[in-house]
Amino acid sequence: MAGNVTEAIVLDGVHKRYGEKRALDGLDLTVGAGTVHAVLGPNGAGKTTAVRIMSTLLRPDAGRVTVAGLDVRERASGVRRRIGLLGQHAAVDEQLGGRQNLEMFGRLYHLGARRAGTRADELLERFGLADTGRKAVKQYSGGMRRRLDLAASLITEPAVLFLDEPTTGLDPRGRAEVWGAVRSLVGGGTTVLLTTQYLEEADQLADRISLIDEGRVAAEGTSDQLKALVGGDRIDIVLRDAARLAEAARLLGSPDALRDPDRRLISAPAPDRMAALTWAVRALQEAGIEAEDIAVRRPTLDEVFLSLTGRPSGEQPVRETEAAA
Amino acid sequence: MTTTTRTEHGTGTGTEHGTGPSRLTWALTDSWTMTRRELAHWARQPVAVVVGLAFPVMLLLMFTYLVGGGRDVAGDPTEYLVPGMLALTMAFGLESTMLAVTQDLGKGVIDRFRSLPMVPGAVLVGRSAADMLQSVAALAVMAGVGYAVGWRWHNGVAAALGAVGLLLLLRFAMLWAGIHLAMVAGRPELVQAVQILVWPVGFLSNVFASPASMPGWLGTVVEWNPMSATATAVRELFGNPGGATGSWAAEHAQLLAVLWPVVIMAVFFPLAVGKFARLSR
Repeated sequence: MAGNVTEAIVLDGVHKRYGEKRALDGLDLTVGAGTVHAVLGPNGAGKTTAVRIMSTLLRPDAGRVTVAGLDVRERASGVRRRIGLLGQHAAVDEQLGGRQNLEMFGRLYHLGARRAGTRADELLERFGLADTGRKAVKQYSGGMRRRLDLAASLITEPAVLFLDEPTTGLDPRGRAEVWGAVRSLVGGGTTVLLTTQYLEEADQLADRISLIDEGRVAAEGTSDQLKALVGGDRIDIVLRDAARLAEAARLLGSPDALRDPDRRLISAPAPDRMAALTWAVRALQEAGIEAEDIAVRRPTLDEVFLSLTGRPSGEQPVRETEAAA
Repeated sequence: MTTTTRTEHGTGTGTEHGTGPSRLTWALTDSWTMTRRELAHWARQPVAVVVGLAFPVMLLLMFTYLVGGGRDVAGDPTEYLVPGMLALTMAFGLESTMLAVTQDLGKGVIDRFRSLPMVPGAVLVGRSAADMLQSVAALAVMAGVGYAVGWRWHNGVAAALGAVGLLLLLRFAMLWAGIHLAMVAGRPELVQAVQILVWPVGFLSNVFASPASMPGWLGTVVEWNPMSATATAVRELFGNPGGATGSWAAEHAQLLAVLWPVVIMAVFFPLAVGKFARLSR
């Protein structure tokens, strides 16, 4: 058996294709035991494929994958006993009650009937679901469902926990609930690998972040290290008249400004948030350029991407700022 | 932090396959857990269960009193219709199996099962056990209603049990067809398409009318429909009028009522099990 394992997860040159599409194209990843590691990337980057491979649901075409010291292909059953998985869709039985779900999964982990029952009660208590344990899951709110899902993936206190976009589709309150639950795991020694599209989520929860794009790691580091690569806050201005975009960009004196004529949007670096805001308002006013909206914001995931994947950024429209919210 | 300590702390009595209790013991335990899951669904949704049982009964009553099925057959139309409806209900079980598997796959709960150290096949065993139990209940209810509207069996208990056996055999074959179809193209739209398509297939059988009353080529198609073989065989065993056509298929209905389901299973059982194992590709 695996003795002292300092690396909870190791992926070495993992490839996976679906027909013509390369989902993973030589993905490398190393996650230290007891840490929280975020895999950050847009839709289609290969995040879910990677999680499915690490959690034995999918076989890689090539490359080596070790989880909790065990090879996922050769020791799938052993890996399954040491991991918990929170998939993208709540993987609980909606028709059953919360407690019925946990008890069933406990039995399937071969805890035995009695232990499965007591474990279900412990977890319901811990995730604040004790009062609603008898209710059918389909009557749960999104956040409750996700917490139950999380509880189900913690039945055996796994060495490694996979969270695949744990907060996608949740409202801010549900998101906060899940974040709280994940934080409570940290320090318990569980290694957590989470995938997310949200920079903020990775920022809030992870020790380290791997940025992946087209099935490969584009950058890896702490949140601060990655943000430094993008370069600070930005100011977004929406003009009333798209014809004056160029003029406004000149006024702002920023050659790095992105312009999106369709949305009459101009976006420039803002190293000092307040100064940039007051200066922009005054400059536009003096030039008689009408603005509909002005906002200072953190860099978005798209911008991290633009700067890291080396794609032309000049003509690239700035996407929804909500992506980073 | 070592993996070893976490495992001891975590899994408790959890045991590797092949050590401690045998793999067979776990296979049975896990299959029972999965069957219990389906039973719990019924307990949670009694209305759905009742509606599921009432639907074929409604069809039976409709065809008996409104549409007048079986009128072209010598003998009591009800005696002709009831065994046919039993066969139809078993064959239409395809839909309910497909629907259940499709829903499970769509909700990701199958992924959860597959990420657990359980015996993977237990998912399928649980599905089939639950569907067979439901079918036994459906047969009992329909036979009861059939009795109330005048249907009887005339050849003794042994033959009647033989008939029930043939009906359940057809259901078991359709079960594996349903599991496979759901995994191959398990989208709700496809289930809907199947729910519609079973009707022409149902009518292209001798369930409602004797092939003797149909144009020659159509009668032949109808006689070779697996559902017709089961219906005819079951009529023989219950001692109900068969609307005999004298064709080879009609004369050997009991043989065909075994052969057809066995062939369907021979095709779909390995396909379904293989497809389930290959969900990881």
